[in-house]
Amino acid sequence: MNRFPVFGKKSDFHLPKNFKTTLVLLILLLIVSIIVSLLFGARAINMQELIDGLFYPGRDSHGANIVRKRVSRTIFALFCGAALGVAGALMQAVTRNPLADPSILGVNTGASLFVVFGIAFLNITSADQYIWLALFGAGITAIFVFGIGSLGRGGATPIKLVLAGAATSAALSSLVTAIMIPSTYAMDQFRFWQIGSVGSGTWDSIITFIPFLAIGLLIAFITAPALNALALGDEVASSLGVHPSFLRFCAAFGGVLLCGAATALAGPIGFIGLLATHLMRLILGPDLRFVIPMSALAGAIILTISDVVGRLVGSPGELEVGVVTAFIGAPILIFLAKKSKVRSL
Amino acid sequence: MKNQSIEFNFIQLGMQKRRRRWLLVTGILTLSACLLCCLMLTLGNTVYPVNDVIRSLMGEQIQGVTFAVNTIRFPRMLAGLFAGLAFGIAGYIFQTMLRNPLANPDILGITSGSSVAAVFCITVLHTSNKIVSIASVVAGLATVIVMYFLSKGRSFSIGRLILIGIGIQAMLDAVISYLILVSAQQDISAVLRWLSGSLNGSQLTELPPLMLAVIILTPIVVIYGKQLNILELGEQTASSLGVSTDKTRIILIICAVFLVAIATATTGPIAFISFLAGPIANRLVGVGASNIIPAGLVGANIVLIADLIGQFAFEYRFPVGVITGLVGAPYLIYLLIKMNRKGEL
Repeated sequence: MNRFPVFGKKSDFHLPKNFKTTLVLLILLLIVSIIVSLLFGARAINMQELIDGLFYPGRDSHGANIVRKRVSRTIFALFCGAALGVAGALMQAVTRNPLADPSILGVNTGASLFVVFGIAFLNITSADQYIWLALFGAGITAIFVFGIGSLGRGGATPIKLVLAGAATSAALSSLVTAIMIPSTYAMDQFRFWQIGSVGSGTWDSIITFIPFLAIGLLIAFITAPALNALALGDEVASSLGVHPSFLRFCAAFGGVLLCGAATALAGPIGFIGLLATHLMRLILGPDLRFVIPMSALAGAIILTISDVVGRLVGSPGELEVGVVTAFIGAPILIFLAKKSKVRSL
Repeated sequence: MKNQSIEFNFIQLGMQKRRRRWLLVTGILTLSACLLCCLMLTLGNTVYPVNDVIRSLMGEQIQGVTFAVNTIRFPRMLAGLFAGLAFGIAGYIFQTMLRNPLANPDILGITSGSSVAAVFCITVLHTSNKIVSIASVVAGLATVIVMYFLSKGRSFSIGRLILIGIGIQAMLDAVISYLILVSAQQDISAVLRWLSGSLNGSQLTELPPLMLAVIILTPIVVIYGKQLNILELGEQTASSLGVSTDKTRIILIICAVFLVAIATATTGPIAFISFLAGPIANRLVGVGASNIIPAGLVGANIVLIADLIGQFAFEYRFPVGVITGLVGAPYLIYLLIKMNRKGEL
């Protein structure tokens, strides 16, 4: 039995009005952001060095080596951005809540807490070990926050969910500090965790990331049509042959997988999901079959460009990408809060 | 006629009862604060008898005691006492004025605003204490003004205000994390202070602004606070009772921001004091009285107890903010659950 039926025949598969233009534009932007990410940074690279670094492994110059380093960083940023974008879209769909984002729901802090715990008490040092801890922490936190946020009348309204996320986040970060302070080793390891950064993106972390990204994206694409039905309400969805709670579980699992893995490897990077999904929904309309893949693209572009901005603004050092995304994303949260009607808060 | 006088008697009896309770609670809180202050002075690596402590504070030179008490414990005690008073009073004002226990300077982003200014002055500009205080007050007021304009709109809603506050807080916290990351190598103790608030390394020379602010502003706040209770009845009732709502509000907000900002500049953002003090004071005294003084005393008590716990209860010394965070955050979650159940959000 197919639990996630795709509704209608092929002829019902209307492309949203702006789909083609948006796709072309996003792909162009993606290419631009990749090139920009390879070219700019603490040391600017010229074209010759770029070509040497990319296509001639034999040619060894300082610039070419920098380009090779930046290649892994850029790919890592693209993957993280895509994961966070899709995670945001999934969580917004599952909670039927426009403000759901891994960072706002405190899922990032949950992942952080478990990783710090692992570093401080279990002597865990490598990324492929603590990615599991991060996923576990992210999952538990997501369940907890959603549980508190959906108590009482009206279910999980945006304000309830955001407050539950903020409170949980505050509680968990005091625990993080309490674990961290006695252990200078954990403190040192954790420093990059306080703010997300893709500077640590190596080929190893990319390879660790790929399976999680693939499974998460697969879940997202499979559940997208059914999530569309869920947007109409639980009753309508089940009358259309969707099993609401099973679907919710699957989609939330995918979202947690994506943002937990990204957080484990890059540290907490906020607001990408919020930004990418809202932008895409604004342009393409509510159909998740288009919003989810395009959010992946948009998230990748936003994160990569934010990283470049951070490198340029912070030069000669760099501004962590988590700071940049907070600055771009938080105004969106404020804007959404201003725009939405009082009753729907 | 007779009926009326009986009724009048009842009202008067009730007032007297409330007044007695107020006096009783305030008295007990003052006593326990004094007791805690004594404990702060006598306890430490070596425990000194009370009369030695008093003699050394009076200016007598006693081998060992004078340094430990006069330069380390006394400033620490004063910082805890006055910061607790300031956070407690300011939190109570915000909570009462906005008629919502969640609306405190922490969630509204005012504490973060002051922290950013203070951290920036200390780590980047290396300015004197006076300028740090001034800058953090200015930044706190600026945050309030920004919040006011952002939340104005068509209709005011506390939910929207809190959402906007969380957004602003996210941006400001990103800046703090960045500043901490940049300055981390130089000064680890300052870093910890700005993560969670700490009384470590309080110096007598840092304290005058905070003490002056508390001593000068408390009477003003108490006088206008009487009108605060009328404000709580609602805008229209208040103005029909002859309270100038805007003036009262502006004066109280400015005083509260001053208190929060200067306390933050001195001890760092001690988590959750401004959130916990008001509800506890209301519970102890009963709603309806002007609980500004009890709220301040509750704040001072919490800070001192938490600091004693942080110093002596564990193998490692935790800053006070970590302890208050560990206690306060679960209470926040509990409050959210309660409010959600009742459908107050």
